[in-house]
Amino acid sequence: MASGDIDVAYVAKLARLALTPAEVERFGAQLGALLEHVDRLAALPVADVGATAQVIAQSNVMRDDVVRPSLDRETVLGGAPERDGAYFRVPRIIGEDA
Amino acid sequence: MSATLDAAAAPIAIGGVAYEVVMGIECHVELKTETKMFCGCRNVFGAEPNTNVCPVCLGMPGALPVPNRLAIELLVKAGLAFGSEIPAYSKFDRKNYFYPDMPKDYQISQFDMPLTQGGVVPFWLPDGTHGSCRLTRIHLEEDTGKSSHASRDGRIAGSTHSLVDFNRAGVPLMECVSEPDIRSAPAAVAYLEALKRTFVALGVSDVKMEEGSLRCDVNLSLRPVGQEEYGTKTEIKNMNSFNSVRRAIESEMARQAEILENGGRIVQETRGWDEAAGTTHSMRSKEQAHDYRYFPDPDLTPIEFAPLDVTRLRESLVGLPQARIDRFVSDDKLSIAQAHQIVDTPGLADYYDAATALTEKPQATANFVLGDLSRLANETGVPAGESRLGVESLAEIVALVEAKTINSKTAKDLIARVWSDGGSPREIVAAEGLGQVSDSGAIDTLVAAVLAANEKSVADYRAGKTKVMGFLVGQVMKQSRGTANPTLAEERLRAALGDGAE
Amino acid sequence: MSDATAVEIARSVNAGESSAAKRARAANDRIAERDGVIGAYLSVTSELARTHAARVDARIAAGERLPLAGVPLAIKDNMCVTGTRTTCASKILADWIAPYTATAVQRLLDAGAIPLGKTNLDEFAMGSSCENSALGKTANPWDLGRVPGGSSGGSVAAVAGGEATVSLGSDTGGSIREPAAFCGVVGFKPTYGRVSRYGLIAFASSLDQIGPIATTVADAALVYDVMAGHDPMDATSVDRPVELASPGLREDLRGVRIGIVREFALTELDPAVRAVYERAYADLEKLGAELVEVALPTAEYGIATYYLIAPAECSSNLARFDGMRYGLRVEGRDVGATYEATRAAGFGDEVKRRILIGTYALSSGYYDAYYVRAQKARTLIAGDFAKAFASCDAIACPAAATPAFAFAAKTDPVSMYLMDYYTIPMSLAGLPSLSVPCGYVTPAGGTSPMPLGLELSAPLFAERSLLGIAHAYERGTRHAEARSIPDLPRTAVAR
Repeated sequence: MASGDIDVAYVAKLARLALTPAEVERFGAQLGALLEHVDRLAALPVADVGATAQVIAQSNVMRDDVVRPSLDRETVLGGAPERDGAYFRVPRIIGEDA
Repeated sequence: MSATLDAAAAPIAIGGVAYEVVMGIECHVELKTETKMFCGCRNVFGAEPNTNVCPVCLGMPGALPVPNRLAIELLVKAGLAFGSEIPAYSKFDRKNYFYPDMPKDYQISQFDMPLTQGGVVPFWLPDGTHGSCRLTRIHLEEDTGKSSHASRDGRIAGSTHSLVDFNRAGVPLMECVSEPDIRSAPAAVAYLEALKRTFVALGVSDVKMEEGSLRCDVNLSLRPVGQEEYGTKTEIKNMNSFNSVRRAIESEMARQAEILENGGRIVQETRGWDEAAGTTHSMRSKEQAHDYRYFPDPDLTPIEFAPLDVTRLRESLVGLPQARIDRFVSDDKLSIAQAHQIVDTPGLADYYDAATALTEKPQATANFVLGDLSRLANETGVPAGESRLGVESLAEIVALVEAKTINSKTAKDLIARVWSDGGSPREIVAAEGLGQVSDSGAIDTLVAAVLAANEKSVADYRAGKTKVMGFLVGQVMKQSRGTANPTLAEERLRAALGDGAE
Repeated sequence: MSDATAVEIARSVNAGESSAAKRARAANDRIAERDGVIGAYLSVTSELARTHAARVDARIAAGERLPLAGVPLAIKDNMCVTGTRTTCASKILADWIAPYTATAVQRLLDAGAIPLGKTNLDEFAMGSSCENSALGKTANPWDLGRVPGGSSGGSVAAVAGGEATVSLGSDTGGSIREPAAFCGVVGFKPTYGRVSRYGLIAFASSLDQIGPIATTVADAALVYDVMAGHDPMDATSVDRPVELASPGLREDLRGVRIGIVREFALTELDPAVRAVYERAYADLEKLGAELVEVALPTAEYGIATYYLIAPAECSSNLARFDGMRYGLRVEGRDVGATYEATRAAGFGDEVKRRILIGTYALSSGYYDAYYVRAQKARTLIAGDFAKAFASCDAIACPAAATPAFAFAAKTDPVSMYLMDYYTIPMSLAGLPSLSVPCGYVTPAGGTSPMPLGLELSAPLFAERSLLGIAHAYERGTRHAEARSIPDLPRTAVAR
């Protein structure tokens, strides 16, 4: 782990956050400081240690294939920034390649 | 084991060098459940937009996913059908990227520990050769919503905005990833058909490409025959039928071949199939970094399959279509087309199997099943298994024909009659005297009457127009109400007309 | 303060001596009188409170007995309540109306609690002072120039300031315990998975847990008993029977072993603060507990571990706030530009910092070095606790190193992150943990004594034992009753 090498502009792009150049600089410095603190983890002997994704070990929590009521469409679309009849209306999808 | 003995996989000559096509296919198949993958909203096609949605599948703040047990079991069954390994431990991961029809801006999927690994999909090609394609894995994920693009031509380019319907968001989707074992367009289609018939037979999916419940992407590259390393591949998307898969592959093969022929280089990219134009086009657009940042979904627990569960699911697999096809072809000596047709018609293979067990005449049984029975099923909308023509009745008819007790005309009429009215064909034949008349005395009487009533035809025949024989035989059959043995009738007609020496 | 406790209110309403309607009105009047200076609430749901109170009274009249009959409840504004504005104190959700109710909240409402309103927090529960709220400023009722702590600052200030009898907070790395310590109330984070997270707007899914805030341990136990338990809507909610905490409340600590953490040396604290905690440990002993030294050698890695795991999960959890389906949208020339403009305008700096660090920690090439390593460190930290609990029933330590600080005192993010030094390790291990008032110090430059909290933590699912110990300590010391908050200026709130 090397601290301070965070490419804030690239990460912001991934996270879909528009940042001003001043923010890139400020966040870059702050995150660099945090990463420096975080680098202490390198001292921990973790080679033979399992990773904990969930602290309470459970498995196979599932539900039966049983229908539950859906939401009323007006409630759903009522909270939308923009709607068009029965649909959510979103800005044009250009250059967005899933 | 990229061993398809695929006659269609003829090498392509490019600049004097023989090239082969290498393909792997990724299929997304919607699972046939009542409800979505992580919530209780209905999983149905064609509902009013945004009516089968809830906080979970809309990705509303605070909502949490809970996996659908049936979806997991269906996927495992699909894998078991192809001999996949079911790892003892599997988990869900988040695949992070932004897209307007993906409610949470991450997709719950599986990254490094899918529900199944490995497996082989065997299939028959139309030319009678056998092929197979290895599966890399089958994993479970959730479907996205559906966007429609508001522009003149409905394409993304030039649209002013998009409309999103989230009914499909969260529908359980299994992704079947194949190894690059496919070497021709017909093999690709045969592979997809093999998947489809297995999923349909197991009740895993409807597999309706036109409704989007099966979508596939083909990764395609060319390389000189004998070369081990792969050429640069392109990914082809947007095919909406098996036929368009075939056409898209052929078009993309030709496009890549032409580029190589002209000394060009293939660009690794995603290409969309344009059904109307019959070509693929680049879907590359503004470069977006693809860094999906997979990590285990902290909202979900791992899935641990006990050997007992796997055994239970394996035991629930009966009548797998590929095994039947193999049996029909190798034991029953049916053609591949016949075997596929029987297996691909719902319920027909069961009917055929039961009838053949009684008749012990597979080919004759198959002819009736695929001929008269299929026609009647189409006309009446009733599958053979639900008609009044039980397998015992069909077996009686087959036996009557084999014994030459009835002729094929009578058999056809009997099938139609029993189909709608029921009854024992053997008893009907006995009661109504429908048995084939093979007594030359009786036939001679009919022949004399027919010749007397058709003087012009007799004259024509004698003048050398031997074609009228067919008409005369028909007249004898008519007089006999269809019961005369047509071969004998013709023989007696010739004798009466003086050709007896032949 | 001589306000009635939840236990007393529920008893009197069930007995017909008081009514839910009366309690709702009184609580509402108190909010109108005080919230102008405290600023605990982002929205006051008077109408909802009235209708709920009427329903509770009707049920009581029909012969039902409800464990929380008429108990005024404040709800942190990161929990969904149908028909209420649910904002996470963020501009991105400033006008969002939740279409469903969180399971934990629903259980309290079904048990007769009266929803007074939604309380302020650090935006998306990210912060330790409540200063990261984009929608309001909450003051510490003990000293209006100081922060209430965070992120559950509004819920804690509402209870401390007498604007609610009990409240709900959420705790990811200390967000209930640290503000409870700052405001002199009881704040309790149950075992991870013990209370449903369904309807709690996620910050870090593997750490988030809803818990009660109250003036007494008994009230916290009462609320916990009602809302704990399996929820089929939350796959991480634990399906095992709840051991009710209320029957386990005890008066002494005989036979109880309390672990004192060797690595959390009090010598590093300000002498006045240190004296309070030395006294607290002595009081535990005086009540009959045996103090034993325990080691948590990896606890010092807690903050580093937490600030990789929590941001990583948050970067993914907060992706959905993109301006497409709900919440704020700032239109750009296409979808991509709209995402970026919406999120830039909708999120505050702290949220952006955590999204950035989390995105980075998960990104290609860094995942193993950061995220996976942090998950492994988490395993070690949880393992240390397991070892420590082999020799004790609960661990005692400070809830925070200092009393509440003044507004704008901490401008450097890392120094703010260090506020959760004592609370984060327990969160990483998923343990039940609480803060109970343990004394007062007058900070340098301060005018009034400020409360401190003793943090008590127990093994997984040992809520009953933990609350029992805290109850004995509370009854044996009576710190909360020793002082009352200074008189607040009375200003009616215009809402």
